Amino acid sequence: MAILFIRRLVQMALILLGVAAITFVLLYALPADPARMIAGRSATAQTVANIRRELGLDQSLPVQFWSYLSNLLQGNLGRSYAQKTEVATLIMARLPATLTLMFSGIVVEVVLGLTLGTIAAVRRGGFVDRLVMMASFVGVSAPQFVVALLLLYVFAATLGWFPMSGYGTFSHVVLPAATLGVLGAGWYARMVRSAMIDVLNQDYVRTARAKGLSSRRITFRHALPNAVLPVIAMIGIDIGQFMGGVVVVEAVYGWPGIGQLAWQAIQQVDIPIIMGVTLTSALAIILGNLVADLIAPVIDPRIRTR
Amino acid sequence: MNEHSATAAMPILSVRDLDVDARTPEGRKPVLRNVSFDLAAGETLCIAGESGSGKSVTSLSIMGLLPKASLTVTAGKILLGDRDLTSLSDRAMRAVRGRDIAMIFQEPMTSLNPVISIGTQLTEAIREHQGRDNADAVALQMLDAVHMTEPARRLKQFPHELSGGMRQRVMIAMALSCRPKVLIADEPTTALDVTVQAQILKLMRELKREFDTSIIMITHDMGVVAEMADRVVILQNGSIVEQGGVIDIFHRPQAAYTQQLLAAVPILGAHAGIDGPPRVSAEPKQPLPAPDRSPVLNVRDLGVSYGSAAGRIFKGKPPVNAVSDVAFDILPGETLGLVGESGSGKSTTGKAVLGLIPFTGQVMIDGRKIGMLSQRDMQAVRRSAQMIFQDPYASLDPRMAVGRAIAEPLVIHGIGNRTERQDRVADLLRRVGLPPEAASRYPHEFSGGQRQRICIARALALEPKLIVADESVAALDVSVRARVLDLMLELQETMGIAYLFISHDMAVIERMSHNVAVMRGGSIVEMGRRRNVFEQPKDDYTRALMAAVPIPDPAARRHHG
Repeated sequence: MAILFIRRLVQMALILLGVAAITFVLLYALPADPARMIAGRSATAQTVANIRRELGLDQSLPVQFWSYLSNLLQGNLGRSYAQKTEVATLIMARLPATLTLMFSGIVVEVVLGLTLGTIAAVRRGGFVDRLVMMASFVGVSAPQFVVALLLLYVFAATLGWFPMSGYGTFSHVVLPAATLGVLGAGWYARMVRSAMIDVLNQDYVRTARAKGLSSRRITFRHALPNAVLPVIAMIGIDIGQFMGGVVVVEAVYGWPGIGQLAWQAIQQVDIPIIMGVTLTSALAIILGNLVADLIAPVIDPRIRTR
Repeated sequence: MNEHSATAAMPILSVRDLDVDARTPEGRKPVLRNVSFDLAAGETLCIAGESGSGKSVTSLSIMGLLPKASLTVTAGKILLGDRDLTSLSDRAMRAVRGRDIAMIFQEPMTSLNPVISIGTQLTEAIREHQGRDNADAVALQMLDAVHMTEPARRLKQFPHELSGGMRQRVMIAMALSCRPKVLIADEPTTALDVTVQAQILKLMRELKREFDTSIIMITHDMGVVAEMADRVVILQNGSIVEQGGVIDIFHRPQAAYTQQLLAAVPILGAHAGIDGPPRVSAEPKQPLPAPDRSPVLNVRDLGVSYGSAAGRIFKGKPPVNAVSDVAFDILPGETLGLVGESGSGKSTTGKAVLGLIPFTGQVMIDGRKIGMLSQRDMQAVRRSAQMIFQDPYASLDPRMAVGRAIAEPLVIHGIGNRTERQDRVADLLRRVGLPPEAASRYPHEFSGGQRQRICIARALALEPKLIVADESVAALDVSVRARVLDLMLELQETMGIAYLFISHDMAVIERMSHNVAVMRGGSIVEMGRRRNVFEQPKDDYTRALMAAVPIPDPAARRHHG
């Protein structure tokens, strides 16, 4: 167990290092010049050169990367070029909003996906099944901004049930979370449906029927836990997908999270913020996978280590 | 047996003129026709037949577990006492299942839910049918009744922690926990090792008396029928061809099909007193290259271990020795039968001698040491050694025409041009008893036995000197199996092929082999001429293995009652 844990930690560190290196090289190769962006259009070449030296941008790539890394190891993510604030402070200020959004989005997709997928599998071939499959197809294929605008139009503008944008109360989170969850819910509904159909054909389900158990017990106690296992592994991987959606959803709903921060930073070539946000999301994905790996053994005794 | 003549008047369960249809895209097809039989109190009724005979459909009809979308009962009655089960509502049928009629299945490895503890799986049926007060106590009693060691600890365990035999004991405990009047056992020992099978069959006989249950046993194995049955029903293509007392069926079979079925059953000891396998071909025996009797396969100090992946920073478990210290020779035109139970390392040995998995020690095929060869030399060795696998369904590409599959080895080794290869394929198909036109068809158009013939043709394409046959007939029905074995013997006689014949089935090994090696726990425990091993076994394990094989003759039963 201890060895397993250490192995996991080493893996995490290596992945973060890889992400940092790749992002750094990509940003370095960018044709845009951050110093020019900071100095403004009318600045003289001298000013731009001064800023470049000040930020250390005149040094070679390995030197720059090394100094970034050594700062990072001390927990220092650097300062934003544009906002002159510690990147860590900026991210920490916005992280709670993003985490709230992500968590509610995941709840929406998992609850919706599991429910619809299970119903479709049990009623396989029937009307409900076809309806769910069609809805999930729409969910999977509709672009997120379209879903967002649709939800805004219906539930905010027309019905007035939820606010158009903003942050702070439960009713603020409903539409963004739904937008974020609809895509995943479509995926999960399809996944759970096919996993359930597979499980319902397994020998142990036949055994359960032969015992005379009720179909409710067979579905929820015997089949569902087995069908959910592949879904759990997916959720860990899924968080990466989610980060992309977060940027769009935060922009549409004016949600003050790190997605918006990243969006601004990309426009301003604010390299320290882009690096910081990228590393934060990488960490989130790694932790998400870790959580998925920790949940799986709770359901599946075959992969429990003692 | 006297009790059953007394109660014959009032059967526990009575199936009357049962018809079942399958719904297919092409319309309805009959699956069962006019099936009628009675099950008397305290009786064991065996329903025997080959695949497709409808024996499993019969049992699922009784349980009301036919897949609704594809199979329906169209006529007939299933009477449990005075109730017709075919007319019960789903709800009423649910109350019958598990309480009045319980069932155990073939595959103990997949019949228990992997994520639910043994205890919960045992108690849920008891709770469903008998209330919740004493379910745990009953579960414990039941595990005790099926002779599970440490029953209290087992309740907390999960299926993957138990062996196949133990899981089948749990299944039996589960099925009998509500003291059903009828226990249906569908091939309950087919997936088990022969020694475990003997234990499970003994347990079922014992519990039948203890729990006062009648048993319907579905099986393809006439040996099991002879051991277990009071009465026998023989099914073929969905109809009963014959039924009667077990002695009558075995000693005075009336229907031609029953006679065929019994004739095809390999009987352990049938070849006593003879040195080699029986001659099957009509052609005169090919004179073997007598002076050159150097072994076609020579194996020394063979070892295989799993889990020893080198170069990993954090090593997990220590390597497990799957095979160690295995040594044998096979002469041209001879067969070494490698017999053992699951986990004995027999399949691993088969793969290792063809260089399909990493091994230690020395393997020489046709005088060439494998393992140290370059890619090209290895290919040359592969030409002289081929393999036939267990599952003819999985070992042919469903999207590749049979002719292409057979010609593929020729293509890989660059032999002949297109027309020459076509001629060769036609010739090979004839050799294995299939028409040359089969070349343009696809695997799904063939039966299991025909597919295995195709696999054999493919293996023969390169005119190998050695064929490794790993459980090559295990998935086939007895009559088909007998014909495939005959084909393999005939090919050996005419082409001088040597076989490494791997099987768990003692009778098949006896029929096929010149020499026999018995494996257990990764090593050979006994090896010698077939006659010596079968007639004077020296090792205790060999003796136990042979004693466990059911004898297809009810008069030879080794137990009473």
